[in-house]
Order: sequence, then C-alpha cells, then structure tokens
Amino acid sequence: MCQEKCPKKVLDEVFEAGLGYRKAIYTPFDQAVPRTPVIDRANCTYYEKGTCKACEKFCETNAIDFNQEDKILTLQVGNIILATGYDLFDARKMQQYGYGRLPNVFTSLEFERLSNSAGPTNGHIVLRDGVTEPRSVAIVHCVGSRDKNHNSYCSAICCMQSLKFAHLVKEHTEATIYEFYIDMRTAGKGYDEFYQRIMEEGGIFVRGKPAEITDVARTPEEEGKLILQVEDTLVGQQRRFPVDMVILSSGLEPRADAKELAVRFGISCSFDGWAIEKHPKLDPIATMTEGVYVAGCVSGPKDIPASVAQGAAAAARVLGRIQQKQMNLEPIKATVHAEHCSGCRICNTMCPYNAISFDDVNGVSSINAAMCQGCGTCVAACPAGAISGSGFSDEQVLAQIEGLLRVGADGLALRRSAYPETHHDEIEEAVRA
Amino acid sequence: MTNYLYYPGCSMEGSGRSYRESLEGICEPLGITFEEIDDWNCCGATEYVSLSTTPAYAMIARNLAIAAGERKGTEPLVAACSACYLNLAKTDHYMGQQPALNARVNDALGAGGLHYDPGTIKVRHLLEVILNDVGLDRVKAAVKKPLTGLKVAPYLGCMVPRPDVDGAYTNHEQPNDLDRLLRALGADVVDYPLKTECCGGHMTQVAPKVGLELIRRLVAEAERREAVMMVTVCPMCQINIDAYQGEMNAMFHTHYKMPIVFFTQLMAVAFGLEPGKAGVGREYTNAKKTLVAALKAAPELALAAAGAAPAHKPRPDKRALPMPRMTDSEVEE
Repeated sequence: MCQEKCPKKVLDEVFEAGLGYRKAIYTPFDQAVPRTPVIDRANCTYYEKGTCKACEKFCETNAIDFNQEDKILTLQVGNIILATGYDLFDARKMQQYGYGRLPNVFTSLEFERLSNSAGPTNGHIVLRDGVTEPRSVAIVHCVGSRDKNHNSYCSAICCMQSLKFAHLVKEHTEATIYEFYIDMRTAGKGYDEFYQRIMEEGGIFVRGKPAEITDVARTPEEEGKLILQVEDTLVGQQRRFPVDMVILSSGLEPRADAKELAVRFGISCSFDGWAIEKHPKLDPIATMTEGVYVAGCVSGPKDIPASVAQGAAAAARVLGRIQQKQMNLEPIKATVHAEHCSGCRICNTMCPYNAISFDDVNGVSSINAAMCQGCGTCVAACPAGAISGSGFSDEQVLAQIEGLLRVGADGLALRRSAYPETHHDEIEEAVRA
Repeated sequence: MTNYLYYPGCSMEGSGRSYRESLEGICEPLGITFEEIDDWNCCGATEYVSLSTTPAYAMIARNLAIAAGERKGTEPLVAACSACYLNLAKTDHYMGQQPALNARVNDALGAGGLHYDPGTIKVRHLLEVILNDVGLDRVKAAVKKPLTGLKVAPYLGCMVPRPDVDGAYTNHEQPNDLDRLLRALGADVVDYPLKTECCGGHMTQVAPKVGLELIRRLVAEAERREAVMMVTVCPMCQINIDAYQGEMNAMFHTHYKMPIVFFTQLMAVAFGLEPGKAGVGREYTNAKKTLVAALKAAPELALAAAGAAPAHKPRPDKRALPMPRMTDSEVEE
C-alpha cells in the first residue's frame, strides 16, 4: 500500500540496472529478505520538504516510523563467513564501445532486466526506444576482462552468460545473433552441450574482439545501425557487422572496498583485490586467519554452482566448529620465553592476529595459543630474541635464506627465481660481498 | 603572465599560418606568453622516424637540447602542431626508455656541442596547456563575442590524445577536451564520433584513393551531423581536409563544402578579434562567410535563449528506457 501511494518515483540504478523506476519507499526487490519496505531518505519528499507522509497515512498497521535511524550492531561471534560478492566492470570505461553514448548498447545486467518478465519491459527484448524489437543482436564477450588495459584475468561466467543471452534473444525475437569472443570457455557439466545447442539454433560465432562500436555508417546498409568493427581472427580479415542492438558481457571485479575489507578482517588479498584462500586447491573456503571464511566471488570470479557449493561448505565448516567441544589447531605457534622478555611490548602491536597481550603482573608479553597463527612476525620483531616459533628455530630459517641466495661458481645466484628480477643485481652483489 | 617555451614547427610558417596568427591573438586574453626557441629545426614530420631512427631522433633531440638550454625555470616546451608535439614527446620518452638510443643520440648531439638528458623538459600540446593550465573559467571570462548557434564538429586527428605517454588526457577513444573548450566559446558542438580518426596523413600523396576516402568519411559525417564547420588542432589534418576536398569531391562526385579551421581561430574571434585578423579566409574552402553570418546571428540567438523559459528538452517517449547515467568526469559542464 505505502509503495502504491508514494508520489515520488526514483530511477532504480541498483536492481533495475537503471532501466526501471521504484518509489521513494520501496522493497529492494521481490525476493528481498526481510521483505520490509525501506525509505530512501535522499529522495523522500518528507525528508526534503518536511511534508507528505503519504505512506504513513495509508499504512494500515502504523508501521511507518520516520525517526528510525541506522543502527550499528556489535555482535560477539566466533566465526565469520565473508560472502560480499563482486562489482560489475563499468562498461563506460571502454569508450570505444560507446556505452552511455550509443543508446542501443546495453550491459549484461541491463539485458538481464530486459529479458526478465518482471522487469521494466515485462520481458520484451526491445531497443532503448522501448518498442522496437531488434532484428540483429551482437553479444560482445570479455568486456573489461582478459584485457591488459583493465583486468587481465578471465571473469569465468561471461561465456555461459552470453550463451544464455543468445538463447533468450532467440526465444523472444526473430533476431540474428552474433557472439564476438576471444576463446569460448565452456568447461563445466552440460556447458559445452549448451554452446553446441546455441550453434545449432543458428547463433553466429565470430572469433575476435571488436575494436570499436560506432554509429558512423560507411555504406547504405549500415545506415541507422550500430556497426562492430572486428578482426575475425579465424578468417584473418577486418570485418564490419551492422546490428540493431549490442550487449556488452561485462567482466567481474572485486568490490570497490575489497582491500579495506581484507584489512578489517585480517586476511590477505591479491593485487586485484580478490581474497586469498588458505590453500587455493585444498582449502578454498578458509583463510589464513582462523575463523574467517570466504564463499563465492569474494575470492575470485565464479559461477552460481561454485558459489553455492562454497557457501554450503563454509556454513558446514562453521557449524562443525560451533558444535565441537574441543578445537584442533595448527601445531605451529610462537612462544614467549618469559625469562628473556624485557616487556618492551614491540610484539604486541606487530601481531596481525591480536594474539599477544601484555601481562601487567609479571611485566612480560604472553601469546594466546588459540589465536596465534604461527606467522613468525613477532619472532623476527623481538629485539631480545625472547620469542621462538615451534618447529622453526632462527638457525633453521637463516640456513634456508642462505640456501635460497646461494651463489654459484659464475657469481650468479643459483635460485634466481626465488626473488624479484628487479633485485637480482642488488642481492647478488650483497651476497658476494 | 605565464611564460612557455614555444616550438612552432614548419607548418606554422606556411600552410598553418592562420594557426600562428590566431595564436598570437589569444595569448593576451589568456594571460600566457610564448617564447620561441632559437634556431629550431625540422621535427622530422611523420616520415623521417620511420626511415632511420638515430638521425631522426638526433635531429628532433637537437630542439629539445636547445630548449633545455634556453629555459629559465621549469617552463615546458609547447608545440601547437600535433606532429611536432608527438615527435618531440616521443623522442624524450624513447631516449629515457632506451639507454642505447640515448647514447647514440647524445653522441650525435655532442658533435654540435649539445647534450640532452631525457626527462629534462616536458613537452606539451597547446590544447592541453589551455585546458589544464589556463582553464575553461578563464577562457569563458575572455569571451566577448560568443559563438552561439555555430554548429561545429570537433576534430583532433590521431596524434594528440594518443599515445599520451604522460596520461594528460583521460579519454583516448572519444576525448571531449576540444568539445569542452569550444562549448566554453558558446559554440554548438555536435557529437562527432570520428574525432580521433585518420585524416589520411600522407596517403593523399602515396595512395590518393585511400587518402581521399578517409577525408570523405570525415567530411561526410560532419555534414550528416549538421556541422557547418570542422575545428581542428592539427595543421596536417587542416591541410588534408581543406586542400584535398576539391579533389575528393571530383573523385566521389560529391559536392561537399566543409570549411575547417583551427580552434585558436575560433577562440580569437570569440575573444573579439576580426575574423580576417585571426587568419579566417585563408582556407581553400572559405570559412569566413559562415563565421561572419554566425557572429551576426549570435547575439539574437543568445538573447532568444536567455529570454525563453529554461529550455525544456523534448519529452522522450514515455515507453523509452532511460539512458545510462555518466560519471562526473564524463559529464560536460
């Protein structure tokens, strides 16, 4: 009722991908949990001008409370699962594809809304004018992925997503479909069969990444169309494809604040911003920090089945831990030898896991063995050499470093790959000296 | 007054005379001065570097060495011609990147008692200096005769926003730098997606069919987008589109008459200079008539625009889907 009566219409740039509208009081989307409407303060007339309250007047259960404030909840928990997902690559960054300038260039997310029967066009696949059905559609793969200028990794989901789009376009319209790809990556159960099905349905696959999408026609046939200029790498020729509609299959990116998230939860992330797992193959849902787990795209691009599997695995892992009376911990820990500790507290602030506390009574630092991850930072930092790591004596570590930096008869390091190329000369000189 | 070192290059003396004349006309209103470097030589244009690298780079570096020697402070070296800008910037960049080239070039320079350390002097293009140092506010403040209603197609050519080794331009495919500048003069800038396409370069000499086709595309698109004039930053683009338009028309049996002027010419005219004094009229496809007519109509158009109720954009069809919102840097003021 409140959403029906609210007089303020707002462009929904989140769920409707900028193609549809919502009210200033709205439920984020139909399947939202909890399914309670929220008020968008920035756009609500009441917050702007102090009058309106239409929603309040019509609410039968008196549920509208204009004085509600954001609340920050502090919870004590033993385990955390990070499932913060991804951001979509902003296709505006690739100006050569004209997104935002050429009306009939759409992003994958926009197309999802277009093809959804509950979406802004009730599932009619139409051009930006809202009425015309396209007679030809081009789907561009790898927009912002596998691209040195943007993200060099493969976003994993776009090939299958693009094939799905082709299928939907075929189902809803009579359009000819072109897929522009670098490589088709359809590994997965039933995936390649789907690819073959789209080919049988008549999808045209062009191997090449479009250089440009333009509305500048060179021939009368191109008039009024969007033209994709592409090097067809199978034919070895430059080709031009005039189409009515283009869908950009944008890649996946880490959330904009992914690095801040990593710092806050004491986990590490790659240079791109994807969270790093404890072990990429053998423990892909745990992190190096005990009790912090990752599921889904926070640790890298992945499709729905993989995300669901990770989510379930992480939940099961946490449930198992909650029900345990005892915990198995890694055996590698650091210990403070109290008789050598001067009580300088340097190690207290160095510990990335907050496992070291200061014992005021005895004037020494002590390590909480349940929290210690055995990283060795405090061992190296202690000026008195009062902390040792179990299984790693200083002599062992130093011997390993020496082995790594060993120089052969030719004066060159034997294991050059062990350290960055930029430092080869420097390190070799230091070792020789 | 901010002073810059200035490398004119050959075209400013010849085919691009109107560029030089108009540049002189905009310095004072913008509060900048240019000091021509002494005894400069050819920049190698587009040919020499592809024939023989060391002599070409040595020849270009001679200009850099002279400029570095004449510098009083940290002022950069400004070139108005895109080819000169690119060659000077490229030489500085490659000398810094390739120690072997640096040694060979400096060996050659040494014969003339000169030396140049890459990175000493910053090479910049006039357009970028006006946008980033002078700023659009100052440009707007200097406008006395706004070019209201003058429909122009902004055309940069290939050598200004790319390769952009210093990252001075944010956008290399569809840069809006020249658009913003022309808009500040009051002009009506049309969306011209071919702004960084090739003007044909020296194809007009070696393969006229190719060169003339490239020119045809540019001119045809400007006309299709209802521009009455093209505006460029590059003497090479200007001469190609201007001087070869007749030949192009003959080849394709077309009748295009699209004048092309330098952006500084429109700036000078908007700042109050007589079109003739800004070099307008030197083109083969004369721009004077169009420009004078536009100047005459401009005050009335401006008045009408000011008097009319705030312009309501034609209401889009209710069924139409909204366009994506652009981020702030892409939105033009």
